[in-house]
Amino acid sequence: MLSKSQARAFFLGGTILTFAVFLGLSWHTLSTEVPKKTNEHNLTQQVINGKRLWEANNCMGCHTILGEGAYYAPELTKAFERRGETYIKAALMSKEPWSPRGRKMVAYAFSEQDANDLTAFLKWIGETDLNGFPAKPKYKSTVNPSK
Amino acid sequence: MKFKSQKVAYWFFALSMLLLTLQLVYGFIMGFAHMGYDGLHDFIPFNTARAVHTNLLVVWLLSGFMGAAYYIIPEESEHELVNVKLAYIQLITLAIVGVIAIIGYHFNYWEGRKFLEIPRPLDWLVVANVLTFLGLILATLYKGKKRTTTALVMTMGLVFAALLYLPGMIWFDNQTMDSFFRWWVVHLWVEGVWELIMGGILAYLLIKITGVDREVIEKWLYVIVGLTFISGILGTGHHYYYIGAPRYWLMIGGIFSALEPLAFLGMALFALAMYRKGEKNHPNKLALNWTLGTAIVSFVGAGLLGLAHTLPQVNLYTHGTLVTAMHGHLAFWGAYGMIVLAIISYSMPNMTGRNLYNTVNGSLAFWLSNIGMIGMTVAFGVAGVAQVYLERIMGVEFGDVQKEIQIHFGILIICATMFSVGIGLFIYEFLRYGQPSDEAIIYE
Repeated sequence: MLSKSQARAFFLGGTILTFAVFLGLSWHTLSTEVPKKTNEHNLTQQVINGKRLWEANNCMGCHTILGEGAYYAPELTKAFERRGETYIKAALMSKEPWSPRGRKMVAYAFSEQDANDLTAFLKWIGETDLNGFPAKPKYKSTVNPSK
Repeated sequence: MKFKSQKVAYWFFALSMLLLTLQLVYGFIMGFAHMGYDGLHDFIPFNTARAVHTNLLVVWLLSGFMGAAYYIIPEESEHELVNVKLAYIQLITLAIVGVIAIIGYHFNYWEGRKFLEIPRPLDWLVVANVLTFLGLILATLYKGKKRTTTALVMTMGLVFAALLYLPGMIWFDNQTMDSFFRWWVVHLWVEGVWELIMGGILAYLLIKITGVDREVIEKWLYVIVGLTFISGILGTGHHYYYIGAPRYWLMIGGIFSALEPLAFLGMALFALAMYRKGEKNHPNKLALNWTLGTAIVSFVGAGLLGLAHTLPQVNLYTHGTLVTAMHGHLAFWGAYGMIVLAIISYSMPNMTGRNLYNTVNGSLAFWLSNIGMIGMTVAFGVAGVAQVYLERIMGVEFGDVQKEIQIHFGILIICATMFSVGIGLFIYEFLRYGQPSDEAIIYE
């Protein structure tokens, strides 16, 4: 029967081994794969400014991006492709709560420059290779493209 | 209670209960907003309610873990806590940092990084606070007469939890990098080191309540935390499927996530086996309910419901939908909420010298909160699955889908009310115990 010291060895050995593999894979992912898949050469200062605005206003508190965040408002990874620049900037610069289907967004009333930065961020992230996410719906979409 | 300094735990538990109450209030705000009743939008928009709800969860659980450590470590190491005054300072500063953060969230002072919304300047205060806490625990262990496996596993969990907070404090320009390291904190906390803390508390409770030999319990504790780490560390991969990381994470994350329920199954079987093997004559039946409850509900909520959407081909559709909320609620409740309530139920009679463990209120608190939370999980599940089919498979617009599933949030609110009544009764009983007293110390 298993002794306590064998059980401890299982715990320590298993942990060290899997953690070593995890670190190795993480290093490979971050050093070679992520820069390629995210088109890091397109990561301009404008995109970075957009990301800072994205964080400073906790957009993830309602929306998801890369599928991460809250589930109160639409997933935005492909928002640029789906809606286009004009629509996105109108939502961001609106002085009244944006509420296309009844649910209200905070009226941020961003300046033109901030809206441009956030749009650049959304454009950049929309070009990331996400291994097929979000999957294309199998049936006809009800989206009304207002580009 | 054997040591005077264990009383510190009471105040951490009290803070924990206060924050839990607030968490429920913000949960209701979000539930009503999802139903279309967003009257508070101008004052508490959804993203504020959401950040407050999840951060209060993290802080009430951490406060509960800290209380548990201050209660358990002196007893396990047979030594008074090295500095009680510092422990109270640590408690007060924890409360202050929490309050500043939560008030800040109402005034756009935060960082939009799910679960890590605390702004970086405040992060440093959190670090200082946690270091003080760890210093006290480690010094007590160091000076103590005994170093038990239970105490070591729990302390190891607390130390690693502190270390893993650091990757979340690095600035990145690339959203994918940011997300990659954010999971080092969030995933490796909840599916890694927090399980060490939970396992340690669970082992302590089983030793005390079932009377089974410590050597047997601690041996299985090693096996379970071993399974947790072997599956959980590489299981982080399930967060890397669709965020701009390479495809091999689909396979690695898929396989190791599928193993994650094993750790929780092990924990449930372990708790039940120890209970059956034990003497069954410990009078504190409520503590026993919560202890066995946490082992079983965490298996269902964290283990099975987690597995339900970590398969890559399922996750492609469920990623970023209410299905996540379904899993999240029962997982956090079962694994961490209930273990905190278990240690509170066990320690309160010992700290106060009053025995309120067989009250109707106490039983109702257990059953109402659990049935309520299971109902909430079902409501989230139905809403989530409907969302996945309508939005992700049929291609119906997000806003239209949200209108279709509003009704499920009505059910959610009814179940959440039941849950809240249960929590209310738990807190009522907590208050009835009154404050801890030196008269409750049992000298051996």
